[in-house]
Amino acid sequence: MTIATIDTVSTGVRTGLARGRGGGGPAPKRIVVAYGFWIFILSDIVMFSGLFAAYAVLSGNTAGGPTGAELFNLRNVFIETMCLLFSSYTCGLGALSAERRQPGRFYLFAALTFVLGAAFLFIEASEFAGMVAKGAGPSRSGFLSGFFTLVGTHGVHVTSGLIWLIYLVAQVVVKGLRAAVLRRLLCWSLFWHALDIVWVGVFTLVYLMGDFR
Amino acid sequence: MDGSERVFDDRTPGVEEHEPTASVLSYTAGLALAILATILSFVVSQTHLLWPPGIPVGLIVLAFAQIGVHLVFFLHLGSAPDNTNNILALAFGVLIVFLVITGSIWIIANLNANMMPM
Repeated sequence: MTIATIDTVSTGVRTGLARGRGGGGPAPKRIVVAYGFWIFILSDIVMFSGLFAAYAVLSGNTAGGPTGAELFNLRNVFIETMCLLFSSYTCGLGALSAERRQPGRFYLFAALTFVLGAAFLFIEASEFAGMVAKGAGPSRSGFLSGFFTLVGTHGVHVTSGLIWLIYLVAQVVVKGLRAAVLRRLLCWSLFWHALDIVWVGVFTLVYLMGDFR
Repeated sequence: MDGSERVFDDRTPGVEEHEPTASVLSYTAGLALAILATILSFVVSQTHLLWPPGIPVGLIVLAFAQIGVHLVFFLHLGSAPDNTNNILALAFGVLIVFLVITGSIWIIANLNANMMPM
């Protein structure tokens, strides 16, 4: 092999594709789109870090009101965690079925993901409603303001993820599993996995650290 | 000899390009490890399995372990050279998250400690 051949291969001129080191021109659109979305997700996580910090500094300020140990029901939190974890799993399998152009399996996994996400939201909403009914709403103390802001923002993200999922399934129905739709599905699955990562922080910092024996 | 085996395509989080058959296995392994970490977290917080003053540290360690599992098995972030861009972006995000959280806790704890007794 001559030096000229090595050079051609390493710069990607032969294939016309980017080769991960800047040579050979722009990366495929799918890579560019998902990398951009990855940057957005990291910025979303930075926003959550502000809410985590606010909760961490406010969590001791109960103003004579109820503490986390009195309010939290860890059995419900465990069920919520499992719902979100399994929905992340079915989301991954759904994305895989879409990549392999298997619409039937994709619809099945999308439906499972939706049901698990909706179950999570239902448990969270009934927890919030129960707390407000007990007089432990967001205006009761600094601790509760921080709690509702952090957990509520995560819940709003899950809600928008579910609406986005309905929209994407409709796109698959109408347009089929073509490249542009697959790119949108990839962004959505990144978003959904990221929400599960944020939830790991929520159940550890808020629920478990707020109520250990 | 074809050198194309040794060069790398760009990669992006969430995609496992080269071994599609390994992906279901990857998600299942990730699910199993994440469930294990979750159950351990709940057990550690509700029992005296750990020395009680060490429980918060144990919980933080388990949370980081689980986040690592999610990143590797669900988002397919690895240490391969073609993943460098994704890891660098993640590292910057982690830096900012660390500064915001520890900085806030540190500053407010300091202000609380210097507060006049009420």
